[in-house]
Amino acid sequence: MALQLDARPPARPAPRDSRPSRAGRLSRIDAKYSPYLYIAPFFVIFAIFGAWPLAYTFWVSLHDWDLLGSNPTFVGADNYTRLLADSDFWHSVVNTLGIFVISTLPQLLAALWLANLLNRQLRMRTGWRMAVLVPNVTSTAAVAIVFGVLFGREFGMVNWLLDLIGVDGIEWKSNRFASWVAISTMVDWRWTGYNALIFLAAMQAIPRDLYEAAAIDGANRARQFWTITVPLLKPTIIFCVIISTIGGLQLFTEPRLFHSGTNAIRGGPLRESQTMTMYMFENAFAPYYNFGYGSAVAWLLFALIAIVAAINVLIIRRLGAGARPDTGKRKGGSR
Amino acid sequence: MGTFPRHRLAAVALAATGVLLVTSGCGGGDEAAGDGKITLTVDVFGQFGYEQLYQQYMDANPNIKIVERGTGGNLDEYSPKLTQWLAAGKGAGDVVAIEEGLMVEYKANPDNFVNLLDHGAADLKGNFLEWKWNQGLTADGQKLIGLGTDVGGMAMCYRTDLFEKAGLPTDREQVSALWPTWEDYIATGEKFKAANTGASFLDAATNTFNTIVLQTAGNAQGYHYYDTSDNLVVDTNPAVKQAWDITMNIVNAGLSGKYGSWSEEWVSAFKQAKFATIACPAWMTGVIEGNAGPEAKGKWDIARVPGNGGNWGGSHLAVPQQSKHQDEAVKLVKFLTSAEGHIGAFKAKGPLPSSPQALDDPAITEATNAYFSDAPVGKIFGEGAKTLKPVYMGPKNQAVRTEVENAVRTVELGQRSPDQGWQDAINNAKKAAAK
Repeated sequence: MALQLDARPPARPAPRDSRPSRAGRLSRIDAKYSPYLYIAPFFVIFAIFGAWPLAYTFWVSLHDWDLLGSNPTFVGADNYTRLLADSDFWHSVVNTLGIFVISTLPQLLAALWLANLLNRQLRMRTGWRMAVLVPNVTSTAAVAIVFGVLFGREFGMVNWLLDLIGVDGIEWKSNRFASWVAISTMVDWRWTGYNALIFLAAMQAIPRDLYEAAAIDGANRARQFWTITVPLLKPTIIFCVIISTIGGLQLFTEPRLFHSGTNAIRGGPLRESQTMTMYMFENAFAPYYNFGYGSAVAWLLFALIAIVAAINVLIIRRLGAGARPDTGKRKGGSR
Repeated sequence: MGTFPRHRLAAVALAATGVLLVTSGCGGGDEAAGDGKITLTVDVFGQFGYEQLYQQYMDANPNIKIVERGTGGNLDEYSPKLTQWLAAGKGAGDVVAIEEGLMVEYKANPDNFVNLLDHGAADLKGNFLEWKWNQGLTADGQKLIGLGTDVGGMAMCYRTDLFEKAGLPTDREQVSALWPTWEDYIATGEKFKAANTGASFLDAATNTFNTIVLQTAGNAQGYHYYDTSDNLVVDTNPAVKQAWDITMNIVNAGLSGKYGSWSEEWVSAFKQAKFATIACPAWMTGVIEGNAGPEAKGKWDIARVPGNGGNWGGSHLAVPQQSKHQDEAVKLVKFLTSAEGHIGAFKAKGPLPSSPQALDDPAITEATNAYFSDAPVGKIFGEGAKTLKPVYMGPKNQAVRTEVENAVRTVELGQRSPDQGWQDAINNAKKAAAK
């Protein structure tokens, strides 16, 4: 693992007068290659922990690979063709997308609204801003276990509350849509505040005079929000959407720990809330130990995330295009 | 900014990267104790009851230090971890527990484990029930992967307070007399249900189904999901269908509390006394005590299981090839699976010995369990142990069992009719076996 890059600095800065040519050459080399050196640590680590596993997973996915077996056999695209015809796999894709949609949309809208509130003159502003981040610093496992208990069929608090207002208990863990909602609640509880803070930071970078000018033109607060704040937040919204996409489509801990007991990796008796990552785990590890098949799931998950992220970016671009104010011009006029 | 500091920064960054690489490359090395002792790690799940035996062993072998991981854990979480450790060639303990249902899969790749026959284990054959010994042996008889710990002799555990509330007898002999067969068990359940105690008659149909299928299979050909030539026979084996039908009668009678086995809800239901009976292999007594807690002491008792006999579960201890202290680990395995080890574990947490010598020992035959109203557990569980009819487990046993039990669960929750459930069970089992 020895790194071949030579990072030794010259022993001391070479005196200019005695050896000008050498110093000049060093300085040129420095200017040319040093930047790459600075960013190298990221890429080296990424290559080891990102690119290499990615490539290796692909290699594994081309094999009939029993996790415990010693002789994997090459089967080409066999795992992929089987997977594309596997109804349980597509079931998990639908679950993943369903949970993603019903968690991300309300989450980003709520975060936007929250950020807008926090951007006003409030008492104890810093306190409020810190408070929305608290759910994010709690451990996912703890959150999932607590929510799993809250949404229990018989002893859960949610069903108890529903009972108080005369609604029959809901089978949160074995009803497909109900389990999606329950898991989305968990995700939103954790991530809304985080996104709100990112939106808030971006909102504060919007020049005040835009609002002042709009106010003079007679735009009310809602109008200001939709025609100034939202369009100017577009890059931030795209960022949040992409991050949420990656996180949402890789959802594992929440649905996995939401279910407990025998065979929780299925996400319910009829795989009601089994996400793609859970399906990957079920196949690569217990109870199937089919590493090749699990790796194929991983690669299709990768493809799906890329596709969904691209669609997201397109939609957001289209949405923003109509309402884009000419920021460049206005900036020119600002102080 | 001058040249020098920039270079220094780069050097620092590179050095940091290097450190990261070194630490990540060399993590998880040999954790030798500072005092020159050899540390043996033992990986278990559930309740093996070895704490005092470890102490005894360490006192006799001052150079050994034993560390145990996983007590109280769920088998569902333990087995994938163990498989990953074996696949990675790193991480497994020096001694690992292997449950019988998974033994087949581990035996298929025997090179992951030390062949105990190379360490003189052949002499120990007489210390185990014959089928238990054979379970640890590869098909060609050349390699011995594991030595037996416990067997899962079957009984029915019940709550005396709930039985009393329902106007049923509470004495264990009288309770046993209530249900010579599963039909009688259902009839008793209906009486219990009619009394409206606020509790269900049993915890979940899945555990009960597993109990019944191991019983019907043991009493018939001696196999359930796979025949002894490793053909999947879920759909054609009458023993499986018979167990399914009995379970469906239990579900249709509305006797199940539907508390998914091993879930948080199941544990809560123990605590809140939400069900009156649970199918009870010997090792389950430790689980009940752990889940129901000290406040339920004396409220549980043990009766005979409906139907006849049966065996559910039981484990082996093995030494992974990756262990750095194989000789010492094998010695520890031999100690823990000796008659003395079996008796010690039984006294601590109730797993029933697979050693005939231990089963005859007065320490077992006369044992009672205070938590279960001083029930003579040694007699109840030990009686049938030597004549147990084991059930053969095929290559994808665990995956197939999961599918069938899952189908039971969908019917129990009302998501599927019994007929649809049976179709699901067959289709999904076939799919699982093909994976």
